[in-house]
Amino acid sequence: MNDAVTLLAPVAVPLSGAAIAALLRNHASLCRAWSGLMTVLTLLAAGALLARAIDPAPLAIVVFGGWPQGIGIGFAAWLPGAVLVVVVALVATAAAIFAIADIGARRRRAGYDALMLALVGAVNGALLTTDLFNLYVWFELALVAALGLILLDRRRHQVGGATRYAVFGMVGATAILAGIGLLYGATGTLDLASLAAILKTQPPSVATSVAAALLLSGFALKSGLAPFHVWLPASYASAPLTVAAVFAALMTKMGFYALLLVMAGVFGAGAAQLSPVIAILAAATMLLCALATLAQSDMRRLIGYHVVAQVGYMAAGLAIGSAAGLAAASFYMVHSMIVQANLFLGIGAIRRATGSWDLKRAGGMVRSDPMFVFLFAVPMLSLAGIPPLSGFWAKLFILRAAVAGGMGWMALVALIAAMLTIVSVANLWAEACWKASPIKRQARAIPHAMRAGMAVLSIATIAIGLFPQPLWIVAEASARALMELGQ
Amino acid sequence: MILLHALAAAVIIACALYMILSRNLVRILLGLALMATGVNVMLFVVGGNGVRQPPLIRDGEQILGPSADPTSQALILTAIVIGFALTIVLATIVLRGWRSTGSLDARDLEATEQQRDAESIEPAS
Repeated sequence: MNDAVTLLAPVAVPLSGAAIAALLRNHASLCRAWSGLMTVLTLLAAGALLARAIDPAPLAIVVFGGWPQGIGIGFAAWLPGAVLVVVVALVATAAAIFAIADIGARRRRAGYDALMLALVGAVNGALLTTDLFNLYVWFELALVAALGLILLDRRRHQVGGATRYAVFGMVGATAILAGIGLLYGATGTLDLASLAAILKTQPPSVATSVAAALLLSGFALKSGLAPFHVWLPASYASAPLTVAAVFAALMTKMGFYALLLVMAGVFGAGAAQLSPVIAILAAATMLLCALATLAQSDMRRLIGYHVVAQVGYMAAGLAIGSAAGLAAASFYMVHSMIVQANLFLGIGAIRRATGSWDLKRAGGMVRSDPMFVFLFAVPMLSLAGIPPLSGFWAKLFILRAAVAGGMGWMALVALIAAMLTIVSVANLWAEACWKASPIKRQARAIPHAMRAGMAVLSIATIAIGLFPQPLWIVAEASARALMELGQ
Repeated sequence: MILLHALAAAVIIACALYMILSRNLVRILLGLALMATGVNVMLFVVGGNGVRQPPLIRDGEQILGPSADPTSQALILTAIVIGFALTIVLATIVLRGWRSTGSLDARDLEATEQQRDAESIEPAS
């Protein structure tokens, strides 16, 4: 019974909070306080869940509707999911603090709080579910909430961004649904652990191979891997800034988590023939998107391409396929969620100070606000992979796993992409922070709430950078949990 | 019979993909709705449609005889509801786009890179 509460709280708290926030939306300050409270409660619930998940006691699992385990839909505190729930709640908390300054009464009346809480609940549901079809349902719920969030201001470019997102998202979801259907037809179950157990013994058939390919393309589209990435920077850039930050952290990683779970966990060795495909997707994502960042002058699109490029590194970990590779991918997910959200919050603060998204019209941040620049330097250096920040460890683990796994070329590609990332980050730093401001007027002050929101994530990045050991142990346990799914 | 259904699903999905590749937003919308339908037909085939017996254990018996698979039907019902909701959401987006630009051509959808940076920053409450 206790496990049931622990497992349900990270999903039930934000979803019920969303329902009440929808009723309160005409009272902006009340609504803000309510959603803040719900976000903090979600963070506490997520902490309790992680504490339960790393407990050596048997896996916490709850099955709804009184069905036996393996038939009904349930929630389980398995590892990559449980640790990501905490990061989701952390990012949501930082975004809620940042939103005090960024999201005004008009956007709250348009339903910001309800949609954001619903998005957090949906992502948490996807991270905890034990059922493949239920995973698809959470993805669709997250898609609807995300579309509402993009369209908050109902501007014309937001309609364009939302249309791109909706069409690509629905095509991806349909591919996933078709894959799930074929897999169900071939095995007769939708429970992830039972699926893994059946697929380990059953020889691969046409149905399971097609299902694997459909699931790979669907989840690759959701996580923004290379040929499917074009919609992502365009639709993230059109969303309100706080929303873009949350998307950067949650949406692509939710897709990649599902990819990791299905490819490494459910198919396991059965997806071996697909791992060269994943390797090529990963390498293309890293290189193409790192190159694309160099050509951007709109800060939102620049960070948007970085978001996709980082998914490439995680996919490299999945393509390597060894325990070290999967652990590196899990570690990278946690690092990347925190850093990407923080980068988006940072450019939002720069926009507030300089009044423009354009790098050419930004500048002078070092002089006008050194405190902000320090907070912004943490995610920038971490993205570039400078020790001792979290990005250095994440890249190091990927490179080490690639070399140990006999994929030297992948390590080389990752290194080249990392070089390009450093160039791009240096460019962003020089343009936005170092260069004297091209505009004569005084830069506007950055609100304290924006700095506080960034500080939460910057401290988390520094903490992971200085003490990577606990997270690495959790990441290794995640890799073990994925490989042993269904045993 | 299964082959016929599977072929029907394949044809529907192929037509849907063709429509999604169009530049007309309403065609894209209808194509997505059609694709959801095609996948639902496929889910129906997956459940096996040879037996029409409802999955109920007869009075006095212990085991369920041959019967239709209720799970795939539950999946289809859920997928219909979700597909319907998403179609409505996309339809409102397309309507919004049509009202603001007067065009249904996907090329007229404004992308962020074309947008002038003139919008005012919303003051916090």
